[in-house]
Amino acid sequence: MRTLYALLCLFTLAILAGCDNSPQQVNVYSARKEELIKPLLDQFAEESGIQVNLITGKADALMERIKSEGEFSPADLLITVDAGRLHRAREAGLLSKIDSRTLDERVPATLRDPDGYWYGLSVRARVIVYAPDRVDPAALASYQGLTDEQWQGRICIRSSDNIYNQSLVASLIAHDGAEATEAWARGVVANMARDPVGGDRDQIRAVAAGECDLAVVNTYYLGMMLTSDDQAERDVAAQVAVFWPNQASTGTHINVSGAGIPPHAPNREAALKLLGFLLSDQSQAWYARTNFEYPVRSNISVNDTLNSWGEFRQDELPLVKLGELNAEAVRLLDRAGWK
Amino acid sequence: MTEAVRRRSWLLLLLALLMAAPVLVVLASWLAGPAPSWAHLASTVLPGYVGHSLFLALFTGAGTLLIGVGSAWLVTSYRFPGRRILQWTLLLPMACPAYLIAYTWTGLLASEGWLQQALPVPLPDVRHATGAGLMLVLVLYPYVYLLSRAAFVNQSAIALEVARTLGAGPWRRFYRVALPLARPAIIAGLALVLMETLADYGTVAYFGVPTLSTGIYRTWFGLGDRLAAAQMAATLLIMMATLLWVERRARAGQRISLEGGRTPASTRLRGWHALLVPLLLALPVVGGFVLPVIQLLYWAVPRMEQVMAPGYLGLLINSVLIAGLTAAAALAFGLLLVFARRLFDDRARQLASRVAAFGYAVPGTVLAVGAVMVLGTLDQGINQLTASIGLGTPGLVFSGTLFAVVFACTVRFLTIPVQGLEAGMQSLSWHLDEGARSLGMTPVRMLRRIHLPLLRVPLATSALLVFVDTLKELPATLVLRPFDTNTLAVRAFELASDERLADAALPALTILLAGLVPVLLLTRSMSPKERD
Repeated sequence: MRTLYALLCLFTLAILAGCDNSPQQVNVYSARKEELIKPLLDQFAEESGIQVNLITGKADALMERIKSEGEFSPADLLITVDAGRLHRAREAGLLSKIDSRTLDERVPATLRDPDGYWYGLSVRARVIVYAPDRVDPAALASYQGLTDEQWQGRICIRSSDNIYNQSLVASLIAHDGAEATEAWARGVVANMARDPVGGDRDQIRAVAAGECDLAVVNTYYLGMMLTSDDQAERDVAAQVAVFWPNQASTGTHINVSGAGIPPHAPNREAALKLLGFLLSDQSQAWYARTNFEYPVRSNISVNDTLNSWGEFRQDELPLVKLGELNAEAVRLLDRAGWK
Repeated sequence: MTEAVRRRSWLLLLLALLMAAPVLVVLASWLAGPAPSWAHLASTVLPGYVGHSLFLALFTGAGTLLIGVGSAWLVTSYRFPGRRILQWTLLLPMACPAYLIAYTWTGLLASEGWLQQALPVPLPDVRHATGAGLMLVLVLYPYVYLLSRAAFVNQSAIALEVARTLGAGPWRRFYRVALPLARPAIIAGLALVLMETLADYGTVAYFGVPTLSTGIYRTWFGLGDRLAAAQMAATLLIMMATLLWVERRARAGQRISLEGGRTPASTRLRGWHALLVPLLLALPVVGGFVLPVIQLLYWAVPRMEQVMAPGYLGLLINSVLIAGLTAAAALAFGLLLVFARRLFDDRARQLASRVAAFGYAVPGTVLAVGAVMVLGTLDQGINQLTASIGLGTPGLVFSGTLFAVVFACTVRFLTIPVQGLEAGMQSLSWHLDEGARSLGMTPVRMLRRIHLPLLRVPLATSALLVFVDTLKELPATLVLRPFDTNTLAVRAFELASDERLADAALPALTILLAGLVPVLLLTRSMSPKERD
């Protein structure tokens, strides 16, 4: 019985907690980790006087939460770290049309939903890193070239469980068709130096350790390693160089973190304000400075590490394609035996 | 009187149903008919998922039994140098989340790491299926150790002494007497290990081992087929349930309850045995705790100023609060379920406590989403009800509250007290109940005056396990928590999954330390009468 009372107390507490109704606030559901979004949100709160409430979690789980909260969902802004999830959120009816001329002007058309349901916030690029002492960059050209037999047993790349590889494959399907891409995936698997293991940083470490000569990774991992406060980590990162693939053809594969506003958002105005803030010049510069991502606009100055890798041409495939083709990419990777 | 109790116990059944609801949501996925992805999955990756999961289950099962039961038997029935320290240090690896030990061992063995730099020989790689098995064994054997040790300590000396007088040697006494007597407890521990192994995601994902649980997430997140993912989880659950059911059937005829007697006397080990045994027993502690802690310290020490950062204390408080509430709730419900079955063992109650106790075998995020859906539905229902009687809509009552987190964690870990207390309850003689009832005790009074004191050890062990498990818990906390409520596990995981291991080290160490406190308390409460 005592437990019942305890539960009853908890229940009452829960109701009381739910009644907190301070005037100006905005509720953020973020698949972007707290470390990489909170500082910006704090700054927004300070500048606007609007209180920002945050939960972070896996995108798909957050989407389920919004769905089951239904019309009472407090979610004002959903932030994810890939365009595919935003596309899925739109399909599930968890986003609403934003229709903002300002935002449309700030974000290039390929980096947002064509109908204004979501906007890209920051860009990441998936590149080839190589060991300069063992690889002549002249021999590298494109993702497609990774199946060449000269790379037999020399490539490290992480598991295809990861969204980065799924998105890359989705982009290749969009460009080359499913059949050619499946042959490509088989070719990459055949050239792998080892079964996929670890994350992107581990692939960089493997190149530095001589386990393989090439790896496919996101640039910001290299950026973070280069500026790490751990000397060993910096030494490892210094041993690899960046190659921008597909510069002569489709451009380097990119994806975005992005955000949209759920249909039942109780603080829609504040959410719009926050979205505008996240796309402001100062926030855009922050992504580059702190997280080594690229701004969605090219007129923003980036930091020295990013500058040292030079300018690159982005793949201009509309990102919504990545969402549409993600399931097909996974099926293809399953068939190709890419673990 | 009994009738009144029986009627009131319907309330209990209702509670059990609420507890079972998130699991039922997962099971109900099959009602929708097979998901579209099955043909594709079966022809490509499914055999690999099943194969790896089976391998891991067998490997971890065998490994944890060997280390867990072996060490429990050695520390209860023999005396040797270092026994008292080993007795509790053997529990320590339990506080380490499995994914964390995978990350730390990878860091420890890395070619640029301090260990490799100091050693002339190349260190082995652990990032493969066997390595994943080893990692899981290292953090999971304490479950078997804890439960089987509790059983060995509570065993009556009489049976063992009878065996000795009949001429049975030490091996035979262990194998023919102690082991069968402790079987319910050992199986309870093994069940926890297997469920946690099958539901593990962090370790296998990091090591690139495709198992059913990585497959479930790949199907859900990658293919976008949540139905197929839920059905895979449901199938996993049914397999687990069948396994346990078979074991129970095999045990059905036996109802052993030995009364009275002292704790078995322990023998002093001499000669090289006295050296070898403590060294062997120290191995899992070194592998599962000492080395990982050294690596974590190596990472954390340069970042100690984070402890002073605002909010760090809040993380600790949230973690301990959620873990404490969950431990209390799980223990209370577990006890009620087990006690109700002791009073009236009918099918409805059996089923309720079984289903409610299977949250552990479901990969965390899948179960968490089950809980999200149950609470969401409840909230929508409440709003419809209040609106229909003209009271307006209160909005979300359960979703996004601390209650939701504690509810989901309780569902997830309810199996621990149910398994542990059931094993403990089984070893209590029925004469106790008959005696108490003939003296006119009400069932509640009997529970309080007779059963509870006798179940002290399984109660304490279950509470500890749930507390530590909740401390490490991630998916449910992540999805269900209120705004701006962080825990140590959330912080550690967010950093580790971003491959920022060095930054994750400090919250990880704090989890280990926070888990240490109840381990120490338990050790004291468990062994007041044994002194060497």
